[in-house]
Amino acid sequence: MNGALVGIAAAALLALALGFLARRGRQMGLGQWTVAGRSFGAPLVFLLMAGEIYTTFTFLGGSGFAYGRGGPVYYILCYGTLAYMMSYVMLPPIWRYARDHGLYSQADFFASKYHSRWLGALVSLVGIVALIPYLVLQFKGLGIIVEAAGYGTIGTGPAVWIGAAVATAYVMMSGVRGSAWTAVAKDAMVLAVVVFLGIYFPLHYYGGVGAMFAAVEAAKPGFVVLPERGESAWWFASTVLLTALGFYMWPHTFGSIYTARNARVIRQNAVLLPLYQLIFLFAFMIGFAAILQVPGLKGADIDLALLKLSVETFDPWMVGIIGAAGVLTALVPGSMILMTAATLLANNIYRLAHPAAADRHIVRVAKLLVPVVALIAVYFTLAGGQHIVALLLMGYSFVTQLFPALVLCLTKTRWATPAGAAAGIVAGVAAVAAINLTHTTVATLFPALPVAVQELNVGLLALAVNVIVLAVVSVGGRLATARLHAQEKPASR
Amino acid sequence: MRTIRLLALLPFAALLIGPFFLNRVEPTILGLPFLLAWCVAWVVLTSAIMAIIFRFDPTNRDDLS
Repeated sequence: MNGALVGIAAAALLALALGFLARRGRQMGLGQWTVAGRSFGAPLVFLLMAGEIYTTFTFLGGSGFAYGRGGPVYYILCYGTLAYMMSYVMLPPIWRYARDHGLYSQADFFASKYHSRWLGALVSLVGIVALIPYLVLQFKGLGIIVEAAGYGTIGTGPAVWIGAAVATAYVMMSGVRGSAWTAVAKDAMVLAVVVFLGIYFPLHYYGGVGAMFAAVEAAKPGFVVLPERGESAWWFASTVLLTALGFYMWPHTFGSIYTARNARVIRQNAVLLPLYQLIFLFAFMIGFAAILQVPGLKGADIDLALLKLSVETFDPWMVGIIGAAGVLTALVPGSMILMTAATLLANNIYRLAHPAAADRHIVRVAKLLVPVVALIAVYFTLAGGQHIVALLLMGYSFVTQLFPALVLCLTKTRWATPAGAAAGIVAGVAAVAAINLTHTTVATLFPALPVAVQELNVGLLALAVNVIVLAVVSVGGRLATARLHAQEKPASR
Repeated sequence: MRTIRLLALLPFAALLIGPFFLNRVEPTILGLPFLLAWCVAWVVLTSAIMAIIFRFDPTNRDDLS
């Protein structure tokens, strides 16, 4: 066993231990398991949010995207910042409503606001379809990290099985508390490792940040800014806006709002979380540093930039620490996703068939569903295949389709009907699927429009379809009911 | 003073509209290409603006429930 493996094994054991300790003799009823009894103060909510938002995508994807695609990667820095800003206004009313009505999941919110359990089931289906590929991404990342950081001594297969078992065990045991406590270790380690690498690599290989960017600019002119065509400023602005809207629509992120003790905790986090975005600056530096040091990674392999450069640069013990941080970045969000998917299945779909079921019963079903969800994700991770990649690309766009129905139920005048909300979500999701499966862009749809419009993120189109269908069905429905009432009135008199 | 919340529009303008005019490498700031430095600066400024809004938001005084 080499030094690197010791570090990785220690990370898995630490996660397991923290995850189990988080329970501390509590009875894990539905309220404790899913939302920690709505008891978290600002620090734990911060850790939980940071723990699930900054995933293997931050670690591998942020650096890989900078390595492979350059300047457009800055969008990642921006969209989260704007999302946190919106959260200040949008989330406190959601939190308050959830507390007053005893809600546990994102789907509960839609079901309660629109008085429709069926809408709740639809929302949870959309959520689960988006969450499973997200979980697969975490497991895939885990496999890649363990394989690279362990110098190939542990293959992807065993790594994924062990990781899934660890997350399943502590989620079943401690629910959201397990995720929050393992996030303590994860955030400390990931932050330290990414900031260190982001400073060390430019210094070590180029003598400084300025020299590094100068070298990259000399080798690839214009690479570190937005290109004139394609991923241009139009693409940038539309993508930042779209992803900012979808940010809190992820069911596990939405659900973690409920754990807050009060609305003030949420506002405090809206102030602090933008600063956490700066971790991406260091992830980008790692990617830019790798361009000239480990050239030639193409396609999906760009995500290996960080690990390849680390293995080339450091002794095994340091690679072990990096690997350990990587393992935690996969486990913490993975555990949140497991818990959320199981809760949605039990609380919003299973309950639909068993309306009389007590919370006690629901939480037992949810816990039993955790290993089931984990197995499905492990299967897709190991089976590989392009379908799951396609699903993942769609996942973010899928959950973004929940945004219009959410905003419209927060306003005072409530003109959106349950049927309208459901039709809008279905139409939006269908549009996303059609766009992705046919590789449509705004340019292929409207070749006659100016280039600027063609470079807009095509996701805006799906959102527009969603809003139009929602409006037509809602207004149409209301007019039809009004006419029915008008006809009935004389008869009833 | 809920109007102080209008400050929140600044980061939106800076990050969504800014790149149209500031998509350039030079001048570099602390070694960063200008566009990246602009984004980083606004991440920090966003946090500062949120802190100001938080400080003056009357809902934070009576909303401890």
